[in-house]
Amino acid sequence: MITVENVSKTFGDFHALKNVSLEVLTGEKVVVCGPSGSGKSTLIRCINGLERHDQGLIEVAGNALTHTNASLRAVRSSVGMVFQQFNLFPHLTVKQNLTLGPLRTRKLSQSDADKLAMSYLDRVRIPEQADKFPRQLSGGQQQRVAIARSLCMEPQIMLFDEPTSALDPEMINEVLDVMTELAGSGMTMICVTHEMGFAKRVADTMVFMDHGEIVEKAPPEDFFSNPGTERCRDFLSKILAH
Amino acid sequence: MTFYRLLGLCCLALLLGGCSGNWGWYVVDPTVPAGWNNLKFLLSGLYYTLLLSFTAIVISIVLGLAVALPGLSSNPILRRFNRIYVELVRAVPILVLILWVYYGLPQMTGLTITVFWAGVIALALSDSAFEAEIFRAGIQSIDKGQYEAAHSISLSYSDMMIYVILPQAVRRILPALGNQLVYMLKMSSLVSVIGMQELTRKANELVVVEYRPLEIYTVLVLEYLVLILIVSAGVRWLERKLQSDQRG
Repeated sequence: MITVENVSKTFGDFHALKNVSLEVLTGEKVVVCGPSGSGKSTLIRCINGLERHDQGLIEVAGNALTHTNASLRAVRSSVGMVFQQFNLFPHLTVKQNLTLGPLRTRKLSQSDADKLAMSYLDRVRIPEQADKFPRQLSGGQQQRVAIARSLCMEPQIMLFDEPTSALDPEMINEVLDVMTELAGSGMTMICVTHEMGFAKRVADTMVFMDHGEIVEKAPPEDFFSNPGTERCRDFLSKILAH
Repeated sequence: MTFYRLLGLCCLALLLGGCSGNWGWYVVDPTVPAGWNNLKFLLSGLYYTLLLSFTAIVISIVLGLAVALPGLSSNPILRRFNRIYVELVRAVPILVLILWVYYGLPQMTGLTITVFWAGVIALALSDSAFEAEIFRAGIQSIDKGQYEAAHSISLSYSDMMIYVILPQAVRRILPALGNQLVYMLKMSSLVSVIGMQELTRKANELVVVEYRPLEIYTVLVLEYLVLILIVSAGVRWLERKLQSDQRG
């Protein structure tokens, strides 16, 4: 479903990604973790073209990513993305946030788009908030709206860029529950997160990144019980200590 | 309300001034037929002041946006176009531009151009450079997460600008756009030099007939003052309305 081959990316002198390769199968759930600055966000931002990779090949759902407009739109139409800072459109209601993409990009009729929006709001369990503005919602609710907004594009793949890092602790679970349910529906997912409980529950594959490289890639059973490298062991002991 | 207090203060000053003997309010006294006719004559310029200013501001906003967008492009040639336009247009005094458009442009192009459209073109051109800078600042102030979110639901560039970026940018720059509208209303008085029958021209013509510049120009000052206070109140109302929209 996703092929990343020898991808490199630099920001000035900083090597964000060094020859990264990753294969994600249809329906596979990949959880990416690693210290900050390790390139995990850059990796998933490259996959839907928000960052332009310097070298290597990225192929998503059969479309090679080349940074022409046609290729970007083809890739992005099959990939949904959820951001750390939600990035909801503050001047639009929750429902309008959800219907904008279906109306403009997928050319659905208003009534079809509304129906679609309400069905996904049901799915993230906040249909009663449809006519509110984002700033009237809690962080957890906003992130669930953001997930619903992506789902309204009916993507084949969902990317999550630290979706719970900006949330108050008591709101993390409501977002993780929605993500777990989504994982159960067979969606292909790549999640950058430090929520290791969630990772253990849903991940098919764990990826550990450090200094722009994929250091370790293993099923969660092996990954957590028997990390293969010193750096990964060190990282896990820090975040699993408490 | 500051508006009424200001207006009251002005009227009071004029009333007191009227007692000093130097004033001859009869020229614009609405209670006598000649004064009433003069007042009507002065106010008849309002139509063109408004039509000129509003036509020019609409064109300058569209033009300003069209100049601002290339300035935000990643293409250096487009950015250069934006800089040259802004620097060039900003450097020409409005009065000079009015004269050049009215007298120069027809000679250069062979087109005949009415006083009204010469005024509109000159005012709109001149203002567009400022509008472009306002739009650029407003658009640049929008968080890049908004662009990324728009990209992630694969909106096209125009859909992204129309539905996501510009509605937010316009809310932020509304006070600045309001300022430009006030500025435009005032600058429209300059179009009187090419014979546009707006407020200032009417006052000038009446002064020539009546020889009472003090009273007539005082009325002119009041006309602009009232006009601009009303427009300012309108802009503030719009600002509040859009803000409450966003809060729901």
